[in-house]
Amino acid sequence: MTSQTDPMSSGVTDTLLDAQNVAKSFGAVRALTDASLTVRRGEVVALMGANGAGKSTFVKILTGAIRPDKGRVTIRGAEARVGSPAEARRSGLVPVYQEPSLIPDLDISDNLRLGDTNADTFRHWAAELGHPELRLDAMIRDLPLATLRIIDLARALASTPDVLLLDELTAALPTDLVERVLRVARQQAEDGRGVIYISHRFAEIAALCDRATVLRDGRSVGDVDIAPGIEDRVVEMMLGARIDLGQRAAETARPKPGGAPRLRVQNLAAAPKLIDASFDLHPGEVLGVVALEGQGQDELFEVLAGMRKPAGGTVEIDGAPALFRHPADAIAAGLKFVPGNRAEALFRERSVRENIAMPFSARARAWGPLRLRHEKARVAEAVERLQIDTRAQGEVQRLSGGNQQKVTIGRWLAHGVETLLLFDPTRGIDVRTKRQIYPLVRELAGQGAAVLYYTSELAEVPLACDRAVVIFNGCVVDIVEAVDATEERLMRAAYGLTSAEGAA
Amino acid sequence: MSFVRRNAWTLGLVALMVVLLGVTRLIQPNFGVSGLESLARAALPFAFATAAMAVVVIVGGIDLSVASMMAVCSVTAAVLMQTMGGVPAILITLAVGTLMGLINGVLIVLTRVPDIVVTLAMLFVWEGTALLILNSPGGIAAPFLREAIAGSVLIHGLPKALILMAIIVAVIWVPLKRSKLGLAIYATGSDENAAFRSGVAVGRTKAAAYAVCGLFSAFGGLSLLALTGIGEPVPGPYLLAAVAAVVLGGAVLGGGIGGLLGPIIAVFILRIIRTILTLAAVDPNVTTIVEGTIMVGVVMFGAFLMMRGRSPS
Repeated sequence: MTSQTDPMSSGVTDTLLDAQNVAKSFGAVRALTDASLTVRRGEVVALMGANGAGKSTFVKILTGAIRPDKGRVTIRGAEARVGSPAEARRSGLVPVYQEPSLIPDLDISDNLRLGDTNADTFRHWAAELGHPELRLDAMIRDLPLATLRIIDLARALASTPDVLLLDELTAALPTDLVERVLRVARQQAEDGRGVIYISHRFAEIAALCDRATVLRDGRSVGDVDIAPGIEDRVVEMMLGARIDLGQRAAETARPKPGGAPRLRVQNLAAAPKLIDASFDLHPGEVLGVVALEGQGQDELFEVLAGMRKPAGGTVEIDGAPALFRHPADAIAAGLKFVPGNRAEALFRERSVRENIAMPFSARARAWGPLRLRHEKARVAEAVERLQIDTRAQGEVQRLSGGNQQKVTIGRWLAHGVETLLLFDPTRGIDVRTKRQIYPLVRELAGQGAAVLYYTSELAEVPLACDRAVVIFNGCVVDIVEAVDATEERLMRAAYGLTSAEGAA
Repeated sequence: MSFVRRNAWTLGLVALMVVLLGVTRLIQPNFGVSGLESLARAALPFAFATAAMAVVVIVGGIDLSVASMMAVCSVTAAVLMQTMGGVPAILITLAVGTLMGLINGVLIVLTRVPDIVVTLAMLFVWEGTALLILNSPGGIAAPFLREAIAGSVLIHGLPKALILMAIIVAVIWVPLKRSKLGLAIYATGSDENAAFRSGVAVGRTKAAAYAVCGLFSAFGGLSLLALTGIGEPVPGPYLLAAVAAVVLGGAVLGGGIGGLLGPIIAVFILRIIRTILTLAAVDPNVTTIVEGTIMVGVVMFGAFLMMRGRSPS
């Protein structure tokens, strides 16, 4: 009215949320390059994308937790100066996250007061979502996670948002609650509001959503109407054309090794997400682990590394049952863990040499004078073998990401490897280093090591692994031979689309 | 039920304090009204320092400059009272204290330097400021200020100092705790990210909590002046004593849990223990060892009870 009207004049009344050409970089990492999303009145829109496609960054921008470098977000046709969650809330977008944003040390009524939520409206929605008995003086920290999600959702609904954003809300939620959540979300749309729905579960998206916007590598690559059989199309869009990661060396996946397994995991469960994992890992084998984020793979690796106690099931090493009380036990049993987050493994301010040599002196009975000459020789060998760029070896934090990752692996090479647990070893490192890591993994297996290899990049599975187990919803749902491990097959399995969906 | 459960720690502290008072009476049968009065007076600056510290601990921070701010306020009031009436001098002092706290808070929020570093630096800054205002003990205290904390009120044996402190803390803290700001203070200390997502202005909340800390420090400085009658520019032993009382009082370093009542009772407990040990003619150096041991013991015992209480569910 004042200066300039929206070009899409007909859409003004209809479009609730319109985000166009949003871009965001963190330092050198371009998390989003060109993401767009529109939500119209009465619509439930799914936002989809594989791991690392930029979904979570996009959500943070929409909800005002971070500011975009480029692009704009309008809500109800008005430019939304979304600078904080409080402002996004006022302009009509209310998010509900997988991790409830409730204050653990306050009771429910104080949490409601914090956001000026009407308690009666809240009660209405809580009852609608199957929790009519909630006491408002219950402390948040005493309540189970599923209840907290419902409280968070009821609180969001009570503020009558124009656009409701549900981010992985149904993950690990019991089925009856999932149904209620879906029904309420559908009702929101029918009442003329908008819903953005983020989930890894195709079944829910098919049941609930009208459209899906697909993100890949930080840009929106498609906007499709949900119809029967659309899954394949969406999977294809999420994968897209990918960068060449190099070819597998002449050798192909070797046949399944016979003999006794090095590591046998049976019905392993660990709180909160791992429910039932069973597999064997043989010497000389690289076993891939494929899963979407948060399906229980973190728990699996933490149990095997002695960082977390299992809730059930058994772990056997060379036929003998193993129970780790401390990471040192796992290391002594030959299970060497390389975590996905390098910061958890490295002593950032210390030198390359000290980082690699740490396992030599970590055990209590090895305290005392360091065996410097021995250490030096072994470290030099590891540096040589991994081609670590040692120009900045005084402080590990000054190394590039790829070289830091080599140090975390090199630490165990210097010590001699029997079983290596690699958790997403190529996360956030450059293609050149990636191409060095695959042959290294193969070489270690060739020398008789057993390697468990979780990767968030499906394309790596045929390059580095012999077989791959697929974990979905805390359970092993499939074991795929490397020769059959096309990305599509893996992606479908990882989304729980194999054979009898949801029957397990 | 719920009231008892929520205030279990504070009620336990009250019980402990009563027991300790009984022990004092046993050791020293003529410990009576005057003993209580001097105990309350001596505890006054510690109580305000603890209230100040408790507010920032609840918001998830810490303020190492509490004792230095008290010194600044003490000398400010002592100097002002030489030239003007007591009431305006007190009001100016309170404003100065609040401003110092606010500066601490704003620096922490804006620079994103850890609170422990900022307030350590400010400890030296305020210490120097106090010495600039008055480079040796001096100034005067208004007579009514000295009388305000001497003797008893209403009934014989109810120390004036205790009532005054209770009123001041209640007038500031009770409305604050029931306001949106109070809620935001607890929310920020409990889970900063969840508070941010819930729409809390986290930065402003922190700055406000530090300002309240400064205000309580100002009362601490005034109580010092009332106690001694002159302004003392060198900070007293209030910083670590305040941290100790806050922890013993049931607040959790890290934020979100606790109140002001528990820590203030803890101040009295620590003072009574000291009185008992003095009466029992224990070596003063052993006294501090005993105090430290009791603190660790009580906090560990509390954590143990809490774990026992939670495990069945």
